[in-house]
Amino acid sequence: MLEKYIRERLKTKDILLMTHIVVGYPSLDASMEIVEQMVEAGVDLMELQIPFSEPMADGPVILKANQKSLEAGITVKQCLEFAHKAASRFDIPFLFMTYYNIFYKYGVQSFIEDIAKIGIKGAIIPDLPPEEGADYAELMKNNDLCPIYIFSPTTTDARMKYLSSWGQGFIYCMARKGVTGKETQFSDDLNEYIGRCRTNTDLPIAVGFGVKDKADMDYLRGKADIAVIGSQTIRIVDEKGVAAVGDFIRGL
Amino acid sequence: MSQDKECNDRGYYGEFGGSFIPEILVATFDELKRHFREIKDDPAFWQTYSDLMSNYSCRPTPLTFAENLTRHFGGAKIYIKREDLNHTGAHKLNNVMGQGLLVKRMGKTRVIAETGAGQHGVATATMAAKFGFECTIYMGEVDVKRQRPNVFWMEQMGATVVSVTDGTRILKDAINEAFRDWVTNMDNTHYVLGTACGPHPFPEMVSFFQSIIGKEARQQILKLEGKLPTRVFACVGGGSNAMGLFQGFPDKSVECVGVEAAGHGLHTGQHASRLCSPDATVGVAQGYKTYFLQNDDGQMRETHSIAAGLDYIGVSPILSKMHQKGEARFESATDQEVIDAVKLTMRQEGIIPALESAHAFAGAFREAAELSSDDIIIINQSGRGDKDIFTVADAFGDPKWRDFIKEKALDYK
Ligand SMILES: Cc1ncc(COP(=O)(O)O)c(C=O)c1O
Repeated sequence: MLEKYIRERLKTKDILLMTHIVVGYPSLDASMEIVEQMVEAGVDLMELQIPFSEPMADGPVILKANQKSLEAGITVKQCLEFAHKAASRFDIPFLFMTYYNIFYKYGVQSFIEDIAKIGIKGAIIPDLPPEEGADYAELMKNNDLCPIYIFSPTTTDARMKYLSSWGQGFIYCMARKGVTGKETQFSDDLNEYIGRCRTNTDLPIAVGFGVKDKADMDYLRGKADIAVIGSQTIRIVDEKGVAAVGDFIRGL
Repeated sequence: MSQDKECNDRGYYGEFGGSFIPEILVATFDELKRHFREIKDDPAFWQTYSDLMSNYSCRPTPLTFAENLTRHFGGAKIYIKREDLNHTGAHKLNNVMGQGLLVKRMGKTRVIAETGAGQHGVATATMAAKFGFECTIYMGEVDVKRQRPNVFWMEQMGATVVSVTDGTRILKDAINEAFRDWVTNMDNTHYVLGTACGPHPFPEMVSFFQSIIGKEARQQILKLEGKLPTRVFACVGGGSNAMGLFQGFPDKSVECVGVEAAGHGLHTGQHASRLCSPDATVGVAQGYKTYFLQNDDGQMRETHSIAAGLDYIGVSPILSKMHQKGEARFESATDQEVIDAVKLTMRQEGIIPALESAHAFAGAFREAAELSSDDIIIINQSGRGDKDIFTVADAFGDPKWRDFIKEKALDYK
């Protein structure tokens, strides 16, 4: 399973890298090319974001990518086909990231069964706390999929333990407050928080939100198991084009 | 009508409501719920609140007998609950002052809000000025254009107005943007949500503060007529003024009627009707579960209403439950019916309802004649219409106004 894969990889690498794309941005073909470049450059796992019209937890960069993808007419069905293709072609775990309404409208059970069939390994849903998603968590586990839960700097120790008891695969630790894509201060406070995350879960921990370059990666080495890069690769695509992604990843 | 507005701990009303919030806000909501419980259970708080509303605002607002409209339709006796006479010109201040007291109690120093029509934004800017809070208002770019006078007043009262250019650039997009601010600044900031929607405890909390409308209206009609009304009408955007009025009439004998925005017509797809149209289905967005205007993938649709304050994808989970259980009836009124209702009300009564409120008038006018003179209806005039002068003047096609604007524009050249 996902946790085992992560632990295996950590035997040969001091930190793993998880990247993120918004499916269909800037186009479906370009999305596949970005995945290819990322995998070839050594990315260890990937989040595929299914666009949603109300991405409340996302900052300007990912928000815009969601909108552009939807304007171009992306459907949930196309996202599933895309994920199926990616998961068949590339030998790393892919996770879906999206908002709960995408699952809910499709039918939570059908959605989970369908994504299990196409080789997806787990999902991150920022607007589905365990209190609202007991069925979801149960169905995910029954289908060998990992429900990934999120820790934030405002999460108490007790709640971290509670979330951890629901989670599988790894825990996603938000490095700071706010939405995706803003600057993060990699400081002593963050150090202490990551320590707190570590103490309160036995699962591997991923740290994301504002991770953007080699310096940030170096800071996280030895502290986190996985570094997550989201908005920054979208910025690279916007500024330098799809072909620049591989080099950017290798530079980390 | 009977209704049970009490909800369980997680804020569910039947299958609707809940709290679908990102982890970063969990602690903030826990704090909010705790403070809200304390004030709700404290009778002294309600006294403080209603004293503030009578002193600072114009409460109790009158219940006006609309003698001419009654004669015009020749059916039920028509009364109008005058939320337009509340300070800042709409029911929105009831909720805002209540939340303002809560903000003081929580020791926060900054408030943010979304606004569509601008009424909630103006109310929040007013409250912030009075209580000494910093204030930022998020407003869709489309609404900034159609409700310019309110933007002007918000800014004059010291608020920062942010024009939201993402998504459909209306109310829902302003709500998303307010949440994005909140997840960053929750330590010192409270999000004053303006309607009975969003994650628990907002639907319950906003309805609680707005219940002042129904409490007053009930006392007033009993005093004036010695009996309860047959039907009460309110427009439904997010549902706060409707919840406010309906809570005063939990009796089986009173029918509560909510009127949604039919825009260009329910069959055109260009409307904002969640409870009267098959275009809406149950979904989860903006932190709560309710009927949303969305497509089969769960992406929200574009909505349309002549009234910015009703132009919204979702509706109060409490009203969704009342709809499902048959505890209230929901109707809709088109842009054109609304303009006609504004005209008639001005000519007959010398009262200018806001375009939002005029939906309730249009709904009531449709039914007034079929009732008898023994029947009483109450229409909630949630706000006054002067803010809509640009939209109404365009809809009326008034040539003198157009000339005036042209001349005025030349002055600024
Ligand atoms: C005057 C007026 N009435 C009604 C509404 C609709 O909101 P609600 O359904 O919450 O009462 C608004 C919203 O902006 C408003 O300004």
